[in-house]
Amino acid sequence: MAGKKKKDSHTWEKVKKSWYQFSKNPLSIIGATIVFLIMCLAIFAPFVAPYPEHAGNFVDFSNASRPPSLHHLFGTDVFGRDILSRVFFGFRFSLVMGFVVISLTAPVGVTLGLIAGYMKGTWVDTLVMRLTDIFVAVPPLVLALAVTSILKPSVFNAMMAVSLMWWPWYCRLVYGISSSIKNEFFVQAAEVTGSGKLHIIFREILPNCFGPIFTKISLDMGWVILIGSALSFVGLGAQPPTPDLGTMVADGAKYMPDQWWMAVFPAFAIMFVVFGFNILGDGIRDMLEVEEG
Amino acid sequence: MHSIFVLFGLSILVFLIARVMPGDPARMALGPRAPEKVVQKFREDLHLNKPIYVQYYYWLKGALRGDFGTSLFTKRSVAEDIREFFPATLELMLFTGIVMSVMGILLGVLSARHANKWQDNLVRVVSYMGVCTPAFVFAILFLLLFGYVLNLLPTIGRLSPWIDHPRKITGFMTIDSLIAGNFTAFWDALKHLIMPGLALALGPMAQEARITRSSMTENLQRDFIALERSQAIPERRIMSRYLMRISIIPTVSVLGLDFASQLGWAFLVELIFNWPGISRYGINVMLHKDLNAIVAVIMIIGLMFLVVNIIVDIIVAWIDPRIRLGAERST
Repeated sequence: MAGKKKKDSHTWEKVKKSWYQFSKNPLSIIGATIVFLIMCLAIFAPFVAPYPEHAGNFVDFSNASRPPSLHHLFGTDVFGRDILSRVFFGFRFSLVMGFVVISLTAPVGVTLGLIAGYMKGTWVDTLVMRLTDIFVAVPPLVLALAVTSILKPSVFNAMMAVSLMWWPWYCRLVYGISSSIKNEFFVQAAEVTGSGKLHIIFREILPNCFGPIFTKISLDMGWVILIGSALSFVGLGAQPPTPDLGTMVADGAKYMPDQWWMAVFPAFAIMFVVFGFNILGDGIRDMLEVEEG
Repeated sequence: MHSIFVLFGLSILVFLIARVMPGDPARMALGPRAPEKVVQKFREDLHLNKPIYVQYYYWLKGALRGDFGTSLFTKRSVAEDIREFFPATLELMLFTGIVMSVMGILLGVLSARHANKWQDNLVRVVSYMGVCTPAFVFAILFLLLFGYVLNLLPTIGRLSPWIDHPRKITGFMTIDSLIAGNFTAFWDALKHLIMPGLALALGPMAQEARITRSSMTENLQRDFIALERSQAIPERRIMSRYLMRISIIPTVSVLGLDFASQLGWAFLVELIFNWPGISRYGINVMLHKDLNAIVAVIMIIGLMFLVVNIIVDIIVAWIDPRIRLGAERST
């Protein structure tokens, strides 16, 4: 009982210290606030959006193409739909895209990277790492475009395509760490005492990779969302009337320069999301680096 | 050697992706009303009725001779299409590369020399925004600002329609018009390059500036700088001659990666500015499920990527005496 309490207070100290490192940089706080705000807006979109019914197939030609005003802060599109409301719903698709892609790719990439790193020099290492070489030889956006173009364009297929392209980056990151850690004493000690390979890989090596992995995840959220919006922009991702930020920018761009608000506000929204996740990622990196160093 | 292996692997990967698609490519190319006999003949001509490894064998045999098959979308040879569209992309990417490396390093040096003064803070804020803004958002904003509101720059294509195209020699509009001695065309082509080029260059430029700044401020603390200062070598000379050289090594290494990822974003930027390059062609063939062309476009992008990486490795080795001498010693 007493031991447990002691452990708790130790963890609490660690959390406090990490929070101190994190909050020292005002930018990290801004990043965390932005990300939190966007998540709230996305989750509660039906309640906070001024015109929640405008998210789907809504048409009101009497209010079409209105410039920004107090009724419609971001203006309305050619169907008379409130752009601000659609941006809130657009955050939903962006965040779902980010979460799904990263929760699919990070475990796969990390596992392959760990195994290849631990078995450095064997055929497993060669096979896995040469495979990642092939995937990273083309910008991820290009391969994702090719895959979605061959499948039927939809949000689901866009997610699958990006996932297919994303795991090698995690694999490479973890491979670098695990192939150097495998020579450390604590790994050798585990080997000598007869621990199983699985135990060594997941219990001894994996915990040492968490810092860089989490940093990469928070930075990647921004990039995955960006690639998702790029796919929609070309017309290979979310299909109308789904309110996706990329689709909204592409549709709005057709009515430039007169109805500039249709493209510009969703474009700023994308910038805002990526900016938030990026500075949050930088903050997490600083925090973990200090903790380790 | 390694690069050849990667290209070979990439071709298998892309070929697999392209061939597992649902639907019948022959039927799609000829339309739903083509008679079954014609479709059957078409399938046989393109070996579409054979197993996939046989199809790959035929494709590889052609590709090694520079023949990527016929585009089902433009009905022309894919190699011919690529020859036509590739120079435009190369010209745009070279312009982007020059802007992002020169401006990025200059801004980084400026930032490092005036560390923690207003110039530095300005550069840092601007580069933070630059890193986070995707190229297509820049493209849209530029289009609106410089194209429509200020009306300074042309918005689409490579050359204004009222200017005669110079004779095609290199395929680079700017160089061709210079060779032809047509300065109006040169100026016009350059103006067309500015917006798409800047939209692509600003993000990586910000990245280079940040990296150059941090590596310069770090190296400024080194002993050899103090030694040079103690010997009364002028500050300018220390900066430009000794500090710059070692400080841009990390920048150049990242430059290659950034340049390569901009190849991806060029797909969107070319679309926005209606730039007749290989990326816009790529999007078109993708939207039409034109398999031969999709495979060829990705192979070309992969090839460009590899070439850029090799060039970057050579530049780094040339700047960094440790790598150069290390290689000499080991041989």
